[in-house]
Amino acid sequence: MLVDINNLHISFRSRTGVFEAVRGISMNIGAEKFGIVGESGSGKSVTARAIMKLLPNNAVIEADRLAFDGIDILAADEKTMRGIRGKRAGFILQDPKYSLNPVKTIGVQIAEAWYTHKGGTRREAMQAAITLLDQVKIRDPKAVAALYPHEVSGGMGQRAMIAMMMAPDPELLIADEPTSALDATVQAEILRLMEDLVSSRGMGLILISHDLPLVSHFCDRVAIMYAGKVMEEIRAAELNRARHPYTRGLLECIPSLLQPKEQLAVLNRDPAWMNP
Amino acid sequence: MKRRAKTLAGILSSVFITLFGLLVVTFLIGRVIPIDPAIAAAGDQAPEAVIRALRTEMGLDQPIWVQFYRYVVQILHGDFGASNVSHNLVTSDIARYFPATFELAVLALLVSSLLGVPLGVWAAVRQGRLADQVIRVVCLAGHSLPTFVFAMLSLLIFYKTLDWLPGPGRQSIFYTDMVPVFTGMITVDSAIAGDWDAFFDALAHMIQPVCILGYFSMAYITRMSRAFMLHALHDEYIITARAKGLSPATVIWKHAFPTVAVQLVTVLALTFAGLLEGSVVTETVFEWPGIGRYLTNALKNGDMNPVIGSTLLIGVIYVSFNLLADLLYRLLDPRVR
Repeated sequence: MLVDINNLHISFRSRTGVFEAVRGISMNIGAEKFGIVGESGSGKSVTARAIMKLLPNNAVIEADRLAFDGIDILAADEKTMRGIRGKRAGFILQDPKYSLNPVKTIGVQIAEAWYTHKGGTRREAMQAAITLLDQVKIRDPKAVAALYPHEVSGGMGQRAMIAMMMAPDPELLIADEPTSALDATVQAEILRLMEDLVSSRGMGLILISHDLPLVSHFCDRVAIMYAGKVMEEIRAAELNRARHPYTRGLLECIPSLLQPKEQLAVLNRDPAWMNP
Repeated sequence: MKRRAKTLAGILSSVFITLFGLLVVTFLIGRVIPIDPAIAAAGDQAPEAVIRALRTEMGLDQPIWVQFYRYVVQILHGDFGASNVSHNLVTSDIARYFPATFELAVLALLVSSLLGVPLGVWAAVRQGRLADQVIRVVCLAGHSLPTFVFAMLSLLIFYKTLDWLPGPGRQSIFYTDMVPVFTGMITVDSAIAGDWDAFFDALAHMIQPVCILGYFSMAYITRMSRAFMLHALHDEYIITARAKGLSPATVIWKHAFPTVAVQLVTVLALTFAGLLEGSVVTETVFEWPGIGRYLTNALKNGDMNPVIGSTLLIGVIYVSFNLLADLLYRLLDPRVR
C-alpha cells in the first residue's frame, strides 16, 4: 500500500476561528491510478498536500493513520519528508505559469530535481533534463531547456513540470488539477502523457480534478468528495452505476452533445450527507 | 534586438525629459525664491545705481526665456557660478564637499544592505515568531527615532565615556592635510599614499556616522526585504521547490531570493541615492564637511548658486541611479529582458 489514509481531519486556524477543511476521510491507494473528484473547497487539494506535508503552518492535521509506504507522515520530521518529497512522490501543481520559478530556465529546474536526489555533476543533470524533456514529448528539448517558463506555452510548461517530477523516478505521482489551467485540446494530451509514463514505470497516480468524466476515463478508481468528506468510492468503469445522490447529481448536470436535454439538472446538496 | 533598441531609446528619452524638467525647476527655484540675486551679491546697503548696474551685468533685465537659455548654456558648459558668500566656484566647492559624503554613503550602504537583506529574509521566514518581532522593533526604532538622538548618544557613550572612538570630524588634527588629495576621500587618498596610520584614523572617524546612517537605511532595506520575501514565499513555485524535496535553505536562497533580489535592486539604488544626498543632521553632529551641510548652509545664507548647483547634482544622482536600477532590473529578470 503506497498511501494509507484513515480518518484524516485537516483544519485551519485563523483569527476568526477554526475551519475544518477535511472531516474524517479514509483512502487506500496502491500502485494504481486513483482519482479524487470534487467541487472547489471540497478538500481534495488539501488532502493531497497533507500527504506531502506541504500545508501552511496554520493547518492542523489529525488522523488515525496517515502513511506513505509504511512511513508515518504525521510523526515524520522535515528530513524524513525530504526523503519522500520529490524522491519517492512527485507533486504536479495546477498552473505551470505560477508553479515554475520565473527566473530559472526550465532545464535548470529539471536538472535540480535530478541531482538533488541522484547526485552527479551539473552537466550530467542537464543531460538528464534534456532526455526527460524528450520523454515528455517536447520537440527540440535542448532548445526548450534553455527557455524561461514565460517563454513557453501552458502545455509545454506542464510537460516540463511532469519531466521535473519524474526526474528522481518516484513511485507515486500526485497531480493536483494538472490540466485545469490548460486549453481543452491540450488537456487530453497531458493526461495521456501522464498515464503513459505512470503505466510504463509501474507507478501510482493520484489525479485530482473537478472533471468527473475526464478522471473516470483515466483512472482505475475514483473517490468523490464533498465538503471534506468522501461521498462515494467506486471503480471508474462502474461510474454509471454510482449510487450516491451527489455522484448522480454531478453526472446529471453535465451537458451532452449526443443526448441534449431541454434543461440541465441543478445540483442538490443535502445537509444529511454530512452525518451518515 | 529591435525591440531592445526601442526600449533603450524609450528609457533614454525619459531620462532627457526628466533632466530638462530638473533644469526648469532649478531655474525657477533661483527665480521664485524671494532673494534678489543682485542685492545678495552687492549687499543690502549698496546704492540703487550699483544694484541696477549689477542687474544688467547679471542679465536679470532680460526676458525670462533668454535668461533660461543662458542658464542652460552655462550649466552645459559646467559653469555653476560662484558662491556669493565665499566667492569660491560652486564646482570646486562641490568637488571638496561631495567626496566626504560619498565616502560615508558607500560604507553606509554596504553596512545597511549586508545587514538589512539577511535580516529581512530571516524575519520573513520566521514570520510572527520571536526573531520577526525583535527585528521589527529594531527597524521601527531605526526608522522612527531621529538620527541626532542616536548620534548624540553614540558620542556620549563611545567617545566621551568609553573613549573607544574618536569624536566629530573626519581626521585627528595630527593627520589633517597630511596626505595628498586625489579623490577627496581621505581613506582612499591615504591608501594611495600608503599612509596606513592616516587610513585607520580616517576609518575610525567614519565608524559612528556610518553606523548611524547605515542603521537608518538598514531599517528601510530590512522592511522591504521582508515584504518582498513574504510575498515570494507565498508563490506557487515555492510549493514546487519544496515538493521537489529541496532543503529549506535551498528553497529560500535559490528559489525565493533570486526573485526578491530583482526587486531589491531598485530599493538599494534609491537608498544609495538618498545617502549621497547627504544627511544634514548627521553631518552637523559629526562636523562632517559633506554636501548636505553645504547645501543647508548655502540655503540659510540665501546663496543661490551653490543651492542650484547641489540641487542639480542630487537630481542627476537620482536620475542616474534610477536609470542604473532600470538597466540592472532588465539584466536580472528574464521576464522583462
